[in-house]
Amino acid sequence: MYALKDLPKEELFTSGHRLCAGCAHPISVRMVTKVLRGPTVIVSTTGCLEVSSSIYPHTAWKVPWVHIAFENGAAVASGIEAAFKAFKRKGIIDKNVDIIAICGDGGTYDIGIQAISGALERKHDFVYICHDNEAYMNTGIQRSGATPKGAATTTSPAGKKIPGKPEWKKDFIGICIAHGIEYAATATPAYWGDYLMKIRKAIEVDGPAVINVLTPCPLGWRYEPKDTIKISRLAVLTRYFPLYEYERGRYKLTIKVPKPLPVEEFLKIQGRFRHLFNPEFKKELDEVKYYVEENWNRILKLCGEA
Amino acid sequence: MSKVIGLSGNEAAAYAAKQSKVDVVAAYPITPQTIIVERFSEYVANGEVETEFICVESEHSAMSACIGASLAGARVFTATCSQGLALMHEMLYIASGLRLPIVMAVANRALSAPINIHCDHSDMMGSRDCGWIQVFCENVQEVYDWIIQAFKLSEDLNVLLPMAVNFDGFTISHAMEDIKVLEDEEVEAFLSTRKVKYKLDPNEPMTFGALMLPDYYFEAKRQQEEAMKKAYEKYIDVVKEYEKLSGRAYNYLHEFMLEDAEAAIICLGSTTGLVRQVAKKLRGEGKKVGVLKPWLFRPFPSKEVLKALENIKSLAVLDRAISFGAPFGPLCSDIMATFFSEGKIIPIFNVIYGLGGREITPKEIEEIFNLALKTAKRGKVEEKVKFIGVRE
Ligand SMILES: Cc1ncc(C[n+]2csc(CCOP(=O)(O)OP(=O)(O)O)c2C)c(N)n1
Repeated sequence: MYALKDLPKEELFTSGHRLCAGCAHPISVRMVTKVLRGPTVIVSTTGCLEVSSSIYPHTAWKVPWVHIAFENGAAVASGIEAAFKAFKRKGIIDKNVDIIAICGDGGTYDIGIQAISGALERKHDFVYICHDNEAYMNTGIQRSGATPKGAATTTSPAGKKIPGKPEWKKDFIGICIAHGIEYAATATPAYWGDYLMKIRKAIEVDGPAVINVLTPCPLGWRYEPKDTIKISRLAVLTRYFPLYEYERGRYKLTIKVPKPLPVEEFLKIQGRFRHLFNPEFKKELDEVKYYVEENWNRILKLCGEA
Repeated sequence: MSKVIGLSGNEAAAYAAKQSKVDVVAAYPITPQTIIVERFSEYVANGEVETEFICVESEHSAMSACIGASLAGARVFTATCSQGLALMHEMLYIASGLRLPIVMAVANRALSAPINIHCDHSDMMGSRDCGWIQVFCENVQEVYDWIIQAFKLSEDLNVLLPMAVNFDGFTISHAMEDIKVLEDEEVEAFLSTRKVKYKLDPNEPMTFGALMLPDYYFEAKRQQEEAMKKAYEKYIDVVKEYEKLSGRAYNYLHEFMLEDAEAAIICLGSTTGLVRQVAKKLRGEGKKVGVLKPWLFRPFPSKEVLKALENIKSLAVLDRAISFGAPFGPLCSDIMATFFSEGKIIPIFNVIYGLGGREITPKEIEEIFNLALKTAKRGKVEEKVKFIGVRE
């Protein structure tokens, strides 16, 4: 449990970056940097966070930070970890250095999945945090494997025949857990205490750990920048985005939602789902609701709460 | 004190990397390079090295991990070729753009399609402009020597560029030769540990791989080109120092009977040995021919090439790769540019040979020499690009 007053005042991710007003990425990064254990290196893949925080000759990062490409956050982290391991073996360093990869959902669910799978299988000691804003926002809101069913993006537009993305969101956390890792969790900045606890747990795991954090995007989801945290909370309260963790074989629902709000509460304040409220797309709206319920029940079962 | 041991090209590469005390190896197997990865795994399994060996899931990740490790300040080695090198392509540019020393053994192999595991230089030529220092080896001894020298050059603080050591797949990678190797301590003294100016260091946080827009990107690339020039200067220091240690002399180029030659062949890699043999035979018949082998391919030793070929009247350039749709093969394009830029106009023709492991025969080389001699007499090229050894 974290108390606000106990968190360090120092900002390791500074103001002056060029992320949009209301973007959840910097909120998440600030949270990550508040609970570091010690010397840390952060890796990011190509995407909004990277292009907005490192415009040469400026940088928003006060930790050693590196961006290399779009699809290889986990592979780069593997190499860094190996180097520190070799230095330790050779007696060049004696301190532990934590390695955290913070990458977008595109660089994670899609193009980066191979590198992630490889790194998890090899059991490198690092934390992989996926900033899940449910689309490729940096290139202008294209669908990704994390885009939910029914959401409109520029490559899954809401047309007359096909109303938004026809496919369900990939179960990235499930994929990671299947690698036999020790720790995985979902999070969102609205539940900051929950998120901080999970970040720190993930850092302390000996081996790879994964967190998928929902990071709403005002531009891509089409809502008012002031509503980011509200939407983050609604995602949980409507059971759209269950907050849970997996620890050595045991699942736990970390935020319980006994009396859920209707899913519509989450959907209707976002432009990306607006078309679902047209009468002709009632079937699709029902499908989204069905998905949310099915997913929630699945998670409940895993957590031994059903 | 040096000793002689029998090693294949692949084994020599792995052995040299071992003696160079690399901190991290990240690699993925591909024929004909696989044995490098296997031998190195054995060193690790037997505790003969203190290296972290990452058996990655792809070449893309191999190069990504090498980049990460090099950024952390490690001495880094990998190996690949062909499809593997192609899969790394994106990362090759990032390694050089971030100015990271990395040494990579490339057992050159043809590219798919059609799939073929044998030697040509299409793989590395496809990555010609990726900002890596590149050398081509003629035999197993050179593979061993170049891997060690490559660390020295690549890690030099005035250079900081990755380096590829090319050697012909199978012809060198699988050929067993008796080679002279240095003692471990000699290599250690020659290389010492890697010195690092900029790295991922929690005590001194730095940002790497930043976004550079039109206001800075060009300058970064210009500096990279300057680093190539530095590499060119440092190169000669490295080979001279290595000569003192090993007694084996390297230079930008290996020149063979060029002083009074009328016609010459220039080519890369293992073919050069055979070309020299044929040249010797023709000299015996009174024909004035010579051979030029560049060790260094990037940065290209234009000045030295011109000097070595000062008195030549005709030149055949052998390319073991096609640059589809281009006027010439890759090496020949460089030679043409080198000559033309200095206003030196002599008849030069291009010979494309040996794709996908097709052997070039002494008889064919003799034909090329004879054609070059004829061209020297006529002062004019008959056919700009010839394909030798292919059924037409
Ligand atoms: C190999 C490659 N393909 C495509 C791109 C173009 N690209 C850059 S960022 C990006 C999308 C990033 O999306 P995501 O990872 O979800 O991060 P976000 O910007 O949404 O935070 C794409 C497609 C690239 N950089 N590299």
